[in-house]
Amino acid sequence: MKIHKYDTVIVGAGGAGMRAAIEATKRSRTAVLTKLYPTRSHTGAAQGGMAAALANVEEDNWEWHTFDTIKGGDYLVDQDAAEILAKEAIDAVLDLEKMGLPFNRTPKGEIDQRRFGGHSRNHGEAPVRRACYAADRTGHMILQTLYQNCVKEGVEFFNEFYVLDQLITEVDGVRKSAGVVAYELATGEIHVFQAKSVIYASGGTGKFFRVTSNAHTLTGDGQAACYRRGLPLEDMEFFQFHPTGIWRMGILLTEGARGEGGILRNKDGERFMEKYAPVMKDLASRDVVSRSIYTEIREGRGCGPEGDHVYLDLTHLPPEQLDAKLPDITEFARTYLGIEPYTDPIPIQPTAHYAMGGIPTNVEGEVLADNTTVVPGLYAAGEVACVSVHGANRLGTNSLLDINVFGRRAGIAAAEYSHTADFVELPENPESFVIEQIERLRDSTGNERVATLRRELQETMDANVMVFRTEQTIKTAVEKIAELRERYKNVSIQDKGKRFNTDLLEAIELGNLLDLAEVMATSALARKESRGGHYREDYPNRDDVNFMRHTMAYREVGDDGTESIRLDYKPVVQTRYQPMERKY
Amino acid sequence: MATPVLDKADAAGQPEPGFADSPYITVTFRIRRFNPEVSAEAVWEDFQLEIDPKERVLDGLHKIKWDIDGTLTFRRSCAHGICGSDAMRINGKNRLACKTLIKDINPEKPITVEPIKGLTVLKDLVVDMEPFFQAYRDVMPFLIAKDTNEPTRERLQSAEDRARFDDTTKCILCAACTSSCPVFWNDGQYFGPAAIVNAHRFIFDSRDDAGEQRLEVLNDRDGVWRCRTTFNCTDACPRGIEVTKAIQEVKRALITRRY
Ligand SMILES: Cc1cc2nc3c(=O)[nH]c(=O)nc-3n(C[C@H](O)[C@H](O)[C@H](O)COP(=O)(O)OP(=O)(O)OC[C@H]3O[C@@H](n4cnc5c(N)ncnc54)[C@H](O)[C@@H]3O)c2cc1C
Ligand code: SF4
Ligand code: FES
Repeated sequence: MKIHKYDTVIVGAGGAGMRAAIEATKRSRTAVLTKLYPTRSHTGAAQGGMAAALANVEEDNWEWHTFDTIKGGDYLVDQDAAEILAKEAIDAVLDLEKMGLPFNRTPKGEIDQRRFGGHSRNHGEAPVRRACYAADRTGHMILQTLYQNCVKEGVEFFNEFYVLDQLITEVDGVRKSAGVVAYELATGEIHVFQAKSVIYASGGTGKFFRVTSNAHTLTGDGQAACYRRGLPLEDMEFFQFHPTGIWRMGILLTEGARGEGGILRNKDGERFMEKYAPVMKDLASRDVVSRSIYTEIREGRGCGPEGDHVYLDLTHLPPEQLDAKLPDITEFARTYLGIEPYTDPIPIQPTAHYAMGGIPTNVEGEVLADNTTVVPGLYAAGEVACVSVHGANRLGTNSLLDINVFGRRAGIAAAEYSHTADFVELPENPESFVIEQIERLRDSTGNERVATLRRELQETMDANVMVFRTEQTIKTAVEKIAELRERYKNVSIQDKGKRFNTDLLEAIELGNLLDLAEVMATSALARKESRGGHYREDYPNRDDVNFMRHTMAYREVGDDGTESIRLDYKPVVQTRYQPMERKY
Repeated sequence: MATPVLDKADAAGQPEPGFADSPYITVTFRIRRFNPEVSAEAVWEDFQLEIDPKERVLDGLHKIKWDIDGTLTFRRSCAHGICGSDAMRINGKNRLACKTLIKDINPEKPITVEPIKGLTVLKDLVVDMEPFFQAYRDVMPFLIAKDTNEPTRERLQSAEDRARFDDTTKCILCAACTSSCPVFWNDGQYFGPAAIVNAHRFIFDSRDDAGEQRLEVLNDRDGVWRCRTTFNCTDACPRGIEVTKAIQEVKRALITRRY
């Protein structure tokens, strides 16, 4: 075991982690621990754009953007945070341009902007062009640009280091962050990083679904590490299902395709979104479009022999426009489906895409231990966190924005905190939890396999807690997850070595997914209403009287060692926008 | 309004892509295995599996790892050609395992899978990427603009100027090009195509003012002049970047000092 000491430790090197690192490195001695090489992070997969009311191509302002974000989130958004997001968006985009990001340009040479779902002029009048973009590679360019600037700033990376535990020490009755424990993939060695401040920027948790746009490595490690240490997870029932994933594979086809004029059609060729969202049509918010697609499928208007998908039709768009604006997604269709989007429509279905919930933070990125108490020294930003700027449903292009705005804020806050704070003493045997976990898996002779349990988990999640949910389906999922958690105790692995043991890490990642799936399903069961991405067929309406509040899920361990989940609730911050019915 | 006929594929009586009635086939994966914890020697190992030919080589590797041999080790993340984790030699050619479909590489014969060449193999298909990233860092891969006073808004750039370096912005640092280059195999000191591609991305960016410095770096004995224009890199690039052309443009810029 090795012990390291840094002022600031950042867990994750996606957009949020590297944006934080650029700030933190200038201000404090910083280490970035990342299980992937930074440029492998899933921010690089983001396609469509990053929202900011630059008003480069038409009238726009940050207040409209704030409103759209709150409405898009079905009023579960904390309005003070949404206002910060929309206001600071403009500088966030300009900062990236100054760092070198090659945005697409207008004829005047300014940053070009395009339409995206749920973004409107003047509180819903008509779609507005607010998404700044670089073809359909915006996330790639953000990730590359941030990495380039990390190289420039000399950021210290520990690549292929998996953070597996969060260390917390109680000092005078206050639980403070003491550091993290990491596992080095190349050698199997355990490293303890003592740090005055820790920032989680470890991304999402989409891999508990089978059909997902998320990478294999998005297994919610950060959420799970904090949750295991008694910290709450907020709004985990809210997961976004993006309308246009490649049928059966889940690979994303950006909403930018509809922003450029693409149309969704059922088997009769009908532009069905006109029925469900007369004004915004194909560009209504994602939860609305995903439900509409499944309604078409359920009512027998799906395409293909099994009627289990619909089409994204780009055939009416000029090939030059597709080449210039959507080169990557058209190539995905060619590579993975053998379909030529110039002439043929692309089969799509909703795909599990984005975790609205996560580790609760305030607007400075400080992690909350309950509804109000901050955990000194602990921060989170990006998809792992819940500020909450996305509420019950995130608008497209608001996440690339979120990672930049709140990644920067967390980086500054954590580094500045490290100037005022002392190191917190490490708990006794800080590595013990991780060592036990690893030894148990390595020594186990149980007969369960990681891949089998993961498949069963993904199947139950797809079947029971996706776009449509009922008491019955959620209960089925809860029971199945409980069974899988039992069976997980009998998981064994084949690779017993120390070097690049990805067999072991996949087993640990599965444990995280199981914990988080349980929280998600339990939170969903208790929310007896429909709001944003959480749709209950048995409670189809939004219920502001009982559920205009955030879910806070805590892990409880009884005296006999039994684990359970305790649900609590947190008020939503409302400033100037009164909840209204959402219409698009 | 006439509605377009959308179910073309069905109408033609052809099963749609990915549809279950496409027959599973049996293929052999012949994988170069190496684990210094077990043996100092690398060996070939064969695995037989059932797979839909429309699946990816990466899916095949997962089937082996998940259902047959958990010790098989490789890097991967996004599974759709965007993160650059899984460059490997498949049937003797550098490709991304997640962007190569079984049906496109003749599944009749054993499919050989080896680590990319020229970088130290650490375990199975995992190689040491550090020298590759070092070469990348050496070309100063970040915008250096000497604006005396930073503009408050964005810098302006015409669409033509933006297009000038578009191709090289697509790089995902997968190393398929560099590790397909015979010069790099013979001389690990050579910067390699990927580093030059990333230098090109800044040299030809109208907002950048450090072209001269980067050209000096590439003028080095291990720099751009080592390139023998074999086009291996262009063939290997999964992002379709015209790598050789980019290298040629850098060479020309070195001679003319115009870019
Ligand atoms: C296909 C796709 C397209 C998208 N398109 C858009 C878009 O157009 N616009 C938009 O706004 N949003 C989009 N999104 C959403 C957005 O891209 C993501 O939410 C965002 O990039 C997440 O960034 P992040 O920095 O939080 O996490 P990530 O980029 O996922 O980074 C996570 C980091 O954490 C590290 N990590 C994870 N676990 C550990 C561990 N245990 N130890 C150490 N390190 C760890 C990883 O190595 C990685 O570096 C898209 C998402 C997807 C999947
Ligand atoms: S130029 Fe192409 S092959 Fe080379 S590293 Fe970049 S993406 Fe990979
Ligand atoms: S796994 Fe990301 S490029 Fe292949």
